[in-house]
Amino acid sequence: MTDILMPALSPTMEEGTLAKWHVKVGDTIRSGDVIAEIETDKATMEVEAVDEGVVSELLVAEGTEEVKVNTPIARLGSQEGAGEGGAAQPPSAPNAQALPEPQAADPNPQPASRAEAKGDPARTSALAAPAPASSLRDPDLPEGVNLVKVTVRDALRDAMAEEMRRDPDVFLMGEEVAQYQGAYKVSRGLLDEFGPKRVIDTPITEHGFAGIGVGAGMAGLKPIVEFMTFNFAMQAIDHIINSAAKTLYMSGGQIKTSIVFRGPNGAAARVAAQHSQDYGAWYGHVPGLKVVAPYDSADAKGLLKASIRDPNPVVFLEHEMLYGQEFDVPEGVDWVVPIGKAKVRRAGTGVTLVAYSRMVGFCLAAAEELAKDGIEAEVVDLRTIRPMDVDTIVESVRKTNRLVTVEEGWGPMGVGAEIAAKVTELAFDYLDAPPLRVHQEDVPLPYAANLEALSMPSVERIVAAARAVSYK
Amino acid sequence: MARQATAAAGRRKSGGAEKPAAGKDELLEYYRQMLLIRRFEERAGQLYGMGLIGGFCHLYIGQEAIAVGCEAAKRPGDQMITGYRDHGHMLVCGMDPREVMAELTGRSGGSSKGKGGSMHMFSTEAAFYGGHGIVGAQVSLGTGLAFANAYRGDGKVCFTYYGDGAANQGQVYESFNMAQVWKLPVIYCIENNEYAMGTAIDRSSSETKLFKRGISFNIPGEEVDGMDVLAVKAAAERACAHCRAGKGPYILELKTYRYRGHSMSDPAKYRTREEVDEVRKTRDPIDHVEELLEKNGWADEAALKAIDAEVKRIVADAAEFARTSPEPDPSELYTDVYIQA
Repeated sequence: MTDILMPALSPTMEEGTLAKWHVKVGDTIRSGDVIAEIETDKATMEVEAVDEGVVSELLVAEGTEEVKVNTPIARLGSQEGAGEGGAAQPPSAPNAQALPEPQAADPNPQPASRAEAKGDPARTSALAAPAPASSLRDPDLPEGVNLVKVTVRDALRDAMAEEMRRDPDVFLMGEEVAQYQGAYKVSRGLLDEFGPKRVIDTPITEHGFAGIGVGAGMAGLKPIVEFMTFNFAMQAIDHIINSAAKTLYMSGGQIKTSIVFRGPNGAAARVAAQHSQDYGAWYGHVPGLKVVAPYDSADAKGLLKASIRDPNPVVFLEHEMLYGQEFDVPEGVDWVVPIGKAKVRRAGTGVTLVAYSRMVGFCLAAAEELAKDGIEAEVVDLRTIRPMDVDTIVESVRKTNRLVTVEEGWGPMGVGAEIAAKVTELAFDYLDAPPLRVHQEDVPLPYAANLEALSMPSVERIVAAARAVSYK
Repeated sequence: MARQATAAAGRRKSGGAEKPAAGKDELLEYYRQMLLIRRFEERAGQLYGMGLIGGFCHLYIGQEAIAVGCEAAKRPGDQMITGYRDHGHMLVCGMDPREVMAELTGRSGGSSKGKGGSMHMFSTEAAFYGGHGIVGAQVSLGTGLAFANAYRGDGKVCFTYYGDGAANQGQVYESFNMAQVWKLPVIYCIENNEYAMGTAIDRSSSETKLFKRGISFNIPGEEVDGMDVLAVKAAAERACAHCRAGKGPYILELKTYRYRGHSMSDPAKYRTREEVDEVRKTRDPIDHVEELLEKNGWADEAALKAIDAEVKRIVADAAEFARTSPEPDPSELYTDVYIQA
């Protein structure tokens, strides 16, 4: 007997819909046969058999949604030569992903193919720690507005669609944004609504199409340039910095470039060093750029709308690990969140935790842990890295007298270093402890699951840093 | 697809009695524009020597026929973008020589208020988009300007200038590809002056006939005598017609020569004095127009003298303005970083 398990077909896949069976009970299957189609929030993919045998049972019916990775979906009758363990799946990411952010890094990751059908312990324990909800209402939120649950992915899509309806000069260009519906499905449906003139598939030429986007922006259009990930934008960084950020200044205010560079930033899961990097500090360094890095769906939508409307070049850093997560978004209002304002997501008097993007979720989880020990953490979500809302940070530190910064990027010359310098400069007398920084270890991100977990910031490390500055 | 120009380089002095494709007034105007660029650049070189101009300064002397010939083919609204050798382009699109010279000296009266300098000049009024210091960047940017033209369907064409050095940058070919796939109205004007800084083209390029570089993208290209303002104008008109007919980009390889160094700090070790003198003697674009005027009996001594005098006066006035315009106010340090949203 061999169970065929729901495979993870991408590094971040958490669950999927079993769209179609290509086999039925009694069929003999050979390795390489297409046995089923699975839809995820990114794509539809065929599942090929690894093990051989006769199908004895289909455990999950066609059309079943939200089938978690590693759930048994079919059973093969015993047959000689059948492989061991799960079938039809590449090794999946050891970190459980079918859960709201954040999760503690799995301290003892196991290859998914060896995970028990009932769920490996790391997964269930991670599932038991859902993200605490944002406890503060956004001050800008109108009274009485209805909130609906929307994934970060769809919030970003809605923001682009709303702005494209509003302004015919707004268009989207990038790799696979149109017919493929977005490499991460962020642009799903936009081609249908706006057509190929405004939703443009580019060749794989980041340097060239970033320059074309900037040129179109100089001519008065409002391009949204999607990078499949910001790692690939390094090919284009010359145009982002030298062409987009500096030309207004060099032209004495004549050449204006309203453009958004957006895409996933930071580490996904198990994609190793070249595909896992946080560019917050890189772009945050450059005058002439605005740099935005939202955490939840409401900020993703509201800040992307603000970025598209902004007359300046904006680098908009998303996070692949947040795309599938649902958060509240105000419904039926033109929801625009101002660039440059941080948000206090949890109030507290014991220690200030400052973060952006995915690390905000980690800080909220850390705050829950700290509360058990009587340390009330205040969590400041930067939302915008440049211009930085230093006032909100300083105000918080004056109350808590302690600072921990958290980022996915490296520490040296990082966002946390800048925050620590500003706080030291502006609130030195209020500090009861030297500020501490939590960040990725000072190494290229390793592929091996255990080393990757050791390298990335974790809830535990944030808790430890908060305790250290609290001398507890 | 690609074709070579019929007029070979060095055809001047051949005594041919061809009728120029321009009348007297038109030729006199090209003469005036080219002379203005040359005298302006000579003065810029002088001001550089006096320490009034800092940093890099790339002179256009020798290449005047290209900017002037292309400008003659442009329609109002057509855009232009180039690299750092941009003074000539600024002048032909009608910008005030005072503003250009004052930008060179970094003064508040400069076209970028003194914040851009020699390599970074712009005029939105004249649809001149710079003035870019990163070799090859203007090729993608110019393709983007053409993208906007196609998006709006406004019939405008973007003249995108770059040199034989930039022609080896990868983004040039990324841009070629997208421009042809999307049929963008962009003219790639390659100002081939034979040297990328100090590297002769045959030392840097496996295919030195740059008009052929579009072949694998199905972009037509032609080689043009870039020292002949009328040949440049005629080629640019063909290119414009191609673009405006919705057929996509077009490549012009404009064969030219720069008399001065790459920048002011050029060691002049990579070519001989004789080579430069030979080009000056036999191919000079301004002499060529003078000859055409003579041959046709249009060389009106008084008219030419009047032009010379006018150009001298304009350049002297620009230099004076550039010397006396105040430096930017310190309060300008933090302006133009962002537009207030």
